Amino acid sequence: MLRERKLGRGVAVVGAGLSKFGVFKDKNSKDLFTEAFQEMLASVDKGLEPKDIDALYLGNFTNDFFTHQAHWGPIIADLIGHTPKAATRTEGACASSGLAFREGVFAIASGFYDIVLVGGVEEMSKRTTSEVTEGLALASSPYEGQIGLTFPGCFAIMATAYFEKYGATRQHLMNVTVKSHNNARFNPKAQFNLSIRDIMDSRIERARSKGEPIPAWKDEQEFLLDPVVNPVVSWPLYLFDCCPISDGASCMLLVAEEIAKNFTDNPLHVAGIGQGSGLDLHAVDDLTFFEATRHAANEAFKMSGLNPEEIQFAEVHDCFSIAEIIHLEDLGFCKPGEGYKVVAEGITKLDGPKPINTSGGLKCKGHPVGATGTAQLYEVWKQLRGEAGKRQIPNPNLRVGAAHNLGGTGGTCTVTILERR
Amino acid sequence: MTEERPFSDITYEQFLSEEKLMASRCKKCGRLFVPPRSLCPHCQSLKMEWAQMKGKGRLVAFTSIAIGPPFMVKEGYNTRHPYCIGVVELEEGARIVARIEGVAANNPETIRIGTPLTVQYLHQGAQGNLKTFLAFKPV
Ligand SMILES: [Zn+2]
Repeated sequence: MLRERKLGRGVAVVGAGLSKFGVFKDKNSKDLFTEAFQEMLASVDKGLEPKDIDALYLGNFTNDFFTHQAHWGPIIADLIGHTPKAATRTEGACASSGLAFREGVFAIASGFYDIVLVGGVEEMSKRTTSEVTEGLALASSPYEGQIGLTFPGCFAIMATAYFEKYGATRQHLMNVTVKSHNNARFNPKAQFNLSIRDIMDSRIERARSKGEPIPAWKDEQEFLLDPVVNPVVSWPLYLFDCCPISDGASCMLLVAEEIAKNFTDNPLHVAGIGQGSGLDLHAVDDLTFFEATRHAANEAFKMSGLNPEEIQFAEVHDCFSIAEIIHLEDLGFCKPGEGYKVVAEGITKLDGPKPINTSGGLKCKGHPVGATGTAQLYEVWKQLRGEAGKRQIPNPNLRVGAAHNLGGTGGTCTVTILERR
Repeated sequence: MTEERPFSDITYEQFLSEEKLMASRCKKCGRLFVPPRSLCPHCQSLKMEWAQMKGKGRLVAFTSIAIGPPFMVKEGYNTRHPYCIGVVELEEGARIVARIEGVAANNPETIRIGTPLTVQYLHQGAQGNLKTFLAFKPV
């Protein structure tokens, strides 16, 4: 593919950190960002003097709603001793830190800054599920939120449209869930690091020890069909189709390519970045794809000169199981209508030809919305540096990975391609 | 005096409370918008006219929501009493998201995409604070 877009100067990733994701009643946003920041500092092979950071871009969706505290740029700047230098909050719903990463890249590419910290944070779990549902619905269209449409509801509507058009069923969604859980088993930072089989075994064990009737699930599908363990949230999406409510933070250190060797001999290069925007549900003619993803991916591919086939693995925004299937298609990893078949064939498994969401994805790693974009890129960083431990993709020639971050119901999307050269 | 009202969300809601589903039509390119828009996103024209929709359409996608936001819970909706929301394609071609009434939200497998629908106006709230929600029900 012809390179049609380029940065003013190259940008490299030389450090990355991630807090543990989960529900933490005893940690706030500052505690979580501190965890991510500490790991980032330790990850810079040749060390970083924090005072050398020129600017901070921080993704946060709606801590305003979740914690009644806004203006998180300077709060985090203060936390890490960055004041009085620039701190900017970026907001693009669940793509907030995808935007932070992109703004950081532009700040360096423009020549204005050399060393930029990008990241994100969200603190969601101190609200009830119903309140969080309302908070997240702030990112849907006014017309849709007002009548009671929720986030899961929007994706459920897309699922019925997808099922109708392509003949997929609820069973196909389960393949995504089972795979995500299998991957998360090997991710110590994940909110849920049990496979579906592990969860079944532990429930059977618990029933046995309590003298209760032993559940008779034959396999993972039977477990997921059991309405007691997997109740409906927004039909046809059930609990195990939905990402959890999470707290967490993530960050990455970006530097100008020409000084990357001062920080590490093993940097990653920003090969492609793209961003798109999209319409409300009622305004699109076809509910089975996201125009914003297609646009963002096209931009990123044009900058990188790479084709979808050349992306060896990716983290995609699986806020709901149906979303992962749709993203595979929108990113060009398969044809429209074939995403569910690709997953069923095992192509997206950790040891398959195109591993997807090796971290466990939003479904299992967790989805502290503002932290997710750079958390996805943290996974790409880990994989490309060969530091992913037991979930390392078994390919000795891993060179190119991508992250796809979606905000709202496709209102904002970023696609980022990182490369080891 | 329909023609004098601005093409705004507020006007749209006023019309709903009068049990009229109104669209704006771009005089330049002919595209139809529900809710109405004052600026055509296709040709950027500001020349709009009102068009009253017949209120007939068909269901193109839907969901039955078991876990809703607090204001829906307050209305009495919950896991035992879910509510249905769908995308409706109007006969005139425009699409709208609306509550779908008169379907078995408890038994969503029985709800069929393509079902012909007709508009219904749900007037809710106390006098002076009345709000009308757009809904559709099977013909
Ligand atoms: Zn027009």
